[in-house]
Amino acid sequence: MTHLLSIADLGREGIEEVLKVAEAFAEVERRPIPKVPTLRGRAVATLFFEESTRTRLSFETAAKRLSADVLSFSAGSSSVKKGESIRDTVETIEAMGMDALIVRHASAGVPAQVSRWVRRCKVVNGGDGWHEHPTQALLDCFTVRQSVGSIDGLRVLIVGDIRHSRVARSQVLAYDALGASVTLVAPGSLLPPSLEGWPVTVVDDLDAALPDADVVSLLRLQAERGSGAFVPSLREYTAHWGLTAQRAARLHPGAVVTHPGPMIRGVEIAGDVADLPQALVTRQVTNGVAVRMAVLFLLLGGAG
Amino acid sequence: MTLQMKSTVRRSGPRVLVLRGGEVVDADGRRRADVVVEDGVVTAVGTGVAVPPGATVLDAGGCVVAPGLVDLHAHLRQPGREEAETVETGAWAAALGGYSAVVAMPNTEPAIDSAAVATEVLALGRTAPVEVAVAGAITVGRAGERLAPMAELAALGVRIFTDDGAGVQDGALMRRAMDYARGLGVILAQHCEDARLAGGGSMHEGPWSSRLGLPGVPAAAEEAMVARDLVLARDSRCRLHLLHLSTAGSVALVRQAKLAGVAVTAEATPHHLALTDAACATFDPVFKVNPPLRSEADVTALRGAVGDGTVDVVATDHAPHAPEAKDVPFDEAPPGMLGLETALAVTMEAVGLERALAAMSWQPAAIAGLADRHGGPVAAGAAANLCVVDPQARWTVDPATLASRSRNTPFAGRTLTGRLRHTISRGVAVVIDGEAQR
Amino acid sequence: MAERERSHTRGGVFVPRSQILSASDVHRALVRMSHEVAERNRGLEDVVLIGLQTGGVPLATRMAALLAEAEGIVVPVGTLDVAFYRDDIGLRPVLPEAVTDIPCDLTGRVVVLVDDVLFTGRTVRAALNALGDFGRARTIQLAVMVDRGHRELPIRPDYVGKNLPTRRDEMVDVSEDGVVIGSLQ
Repeated sequence: MTHLLSIADLGREGIEEVLKVAEAFAEVERRPIPKVPTLRGRAVATLFFEESTRTRLSFETAAKRLSADVLSFSAGSSSVKKGESIRDTVETIEAMGMDALIVRHASAGVPAQVSRWVRRCKVVNGGDGWHEHPTQALLDCFTVRQSVGSIDGLRVLIVGDIRHSRVARSQVLAYDALGASVTLVAPGSLLPPSLEGWPVTVVDDLDAALPDADVVSLLRLQAERGSGAFVPSLREYTAHWGLTAQRAARLHPGAVVTHPGPMIRGVEIAGDVADLPQALVTRQVTNGVAVRMAVLFLLLGGAG
Repeated sequence: MTLQMKSTVRRSGPRVLVLRGGEVVDADGRRRADVVVEDGVVTAVGTGVAVPPGATVLDAGGCVVAPGLVDLHAHLRQPGREEAETVETGAWAAALGGYSAVVAMPNTEPAIDSAAVATEVLALGRTAPVEVAVAGAITVGRAGERLAPMAELAALGVRIFTDDGAGVQDGALMRRAMDYARGLGVILAQHCEDARLAGGGSMHEGPWSSRLGLPGVPAAAEEAMVARDLVLARDSRCRLHLLHLSTAGSVALVRQAKLAGVAVTAEATPHHLALTDAACATFDPVFKVNPPLRSEADVTALRGAVGDGTVDVVATDHAPHAPEAKDVPFDEAPPGMLGLETALAVTMEAVGLERALAAMSWQPAAIAGLADRHGGPVAAGAAANLCVVDPQARWTVDPATLASRSRNTPFAGRTLTGRLRHTISRGVAVVIDGEAQR
Repeated sequence: MAERERSHTRGGVFVPRSQILSASDVHRALVRMSHEVAERNRGLEDVVLIGLQTGGVPLATRMAALLAEAEGIVVPVGTLDVAFYRDDIGLRPVLPEAVTDIPCDLTGRVVVLVDDVLFTGRTVRAALNALGDFGRARTIQLAVMVDRGHRELPIRPDYVGKNLPTRRDEMVDVSEDGVVIGSLQ
């Protein structure tokens, strides 16, 4: 792996490899001392031009459990505020001897651009605009596989603000690569303008689709990115596209529910549904560290 | 016009030129002929013409000799953005592209919305290697609120008015502008983009934008304003020129309006004839342009429209940006790409040599009011504004060697067929064998 | 273990040259080594067998079975993959082959590491580092089916099936069917 910018960079084999290595790291996490010396002497920087506490913490925990040195860069408190360009920032940070950059940005494509500016650093997409969030999709697949066994042949239902969701874009690629069939359900205004070439089916009726689903992936309504204006009201959204307790009762017994967090209880997921055993939300967070350890290990574990 | 010719600075160089062994292509057709130029005027065209004593002979063997190209749409960035381009560097880029005249767009800083700024740019153009005409703004500061002093600018020779960079959003204001412009005998050139429908998008809205998660500009954002302005032009009988059309829908609307007798001309850019939105897949902001690169079907429709004359003009929308301006996230990058030095080859590849020359020389010359000295048939007595093109020559675009001050060409590394060999501007060979004669 | 990684980094196909131990030779060696473990530790109290992934794991399992047969005591068996602790990785990361499974806290225990082939000693060094993360063992001993020499670290085995002088470029393969020496082509 040169960089991890998109799930498309991995393909089925690459995804399987990450998930397999993540199994080994999940075991490391259960040890009394959940830390291995694998990346001793390597340095990983998190460059978050858009704030995200949980993703940053997850990556930093992963890097530290691999014994890498971690440098944390946050746009809010930096030279970016003084007008320094992203390119200069990246070049400066690479010059400090970093081996990997985890890049998050509110604009799609920034990690890809950064990958063209670096000389030897590996770049990991930590979420870019509406484009992709590959490690989130990988940890979703890991968690579902842990819970259900295999992704192959599963029926995955992705619900909600797909238009503005980088998670959905990565999930569609990952679930499809692993052999699941993917169905999208959302109000038309929250679907991408074109789904040409997407390996998905689109349905209008959440209630009709729920009983057939093995995995329900809920997405956050990105109110802070203006998604609120794409539906008449949160109340109407919840009434038609939220996973309420009545709807959860229509799931078949083996079905599981994922959510990338942070959840807005009472909007896309009812509070008591979020706490049901088939809701994998907490496990997703735990597995996030193992999956990110696997990604960092595969990117940096080789050449000294 | 004679006055203006005299006011231009004469560049040093041979006073008598012979373009030998080429094939002349102009609005009158194709024929083998040598061309003799003396003191800025074509004096003889034909086979076996006598070479005057002391003449410089330029080889045109295997080449096409055509009227110089006229670009209706170039952003020369001066005043205000001299780090990206100046009138001087932009004019050299034009000369190297085969142009003998360019129209400088008014979205400078300050905008060309007053006699003072127009005069400044015209003055800068006098020392340039090719003729520089200016377009004026429709509204003050291109803010879309109050009409700019169009009559005052028209008196300076400004023939085209546009708020290019943005469309005039207010339909009532556009209607008023048309009514005012009609009596001045000038042309309103619209950048067709409904800002609300465009919604801050940064590429064509379609499968690629959906996949890449980039906010898209729907075709409707352009077509809605095309439709509105065609209706307004029909009623006002003002001459309307539609800049850089990019969608199949726009082409269909223009075709229909022309059939109905609306006084409209339309333009497309070389990049919209050659590139699709798939180019944005790498998130390289060099491919960000406004209007955005569209779908394959749009490209096909535009090529057809240039072919059948629905689109009259291919103009570059040459939009230089300094490298650091493009080293930013795709959706924050300024739109625009270089065009002057690659336009002819790219357009020839898309629509063939004859259509390319018509759409890049005599048709734009007529719209810009420059037909008395640009774009006319290559005949004795015509102003000597000519280009010599080797239609078979293949060359690879190297941004480092461009004359433009900027490097944002979307064709970097691409091998093109058709290369400018000589450019004769006002009787002077400003480019010989692809080399600028600075 | 060492052999497997070498084939990982080099690629190629193992071509056998000559059989060194037969299946029954291996069995006899395991019986002897099991007895030595019990003898040296005066019984099996606190003994834990840890097989190194992947070649040491079947050997550790068989030793545990032999000990149960001979002594009537079932000792815990664990597995350890040391990919994350290696210092000799090449251009590609050494991928973990299998999950590590340490059945109990190792503090105060007698840990017998079991591997198929002892070569440079780097795998064992990595294993010693790894075991430290599971508790402070009272003692760590090393059992290998084949010691082929060429040590690069000060490590020596406590229990050996067969001392086998080899050339550096040769390969040793240990399986159910015995021990074979050959090369990678």
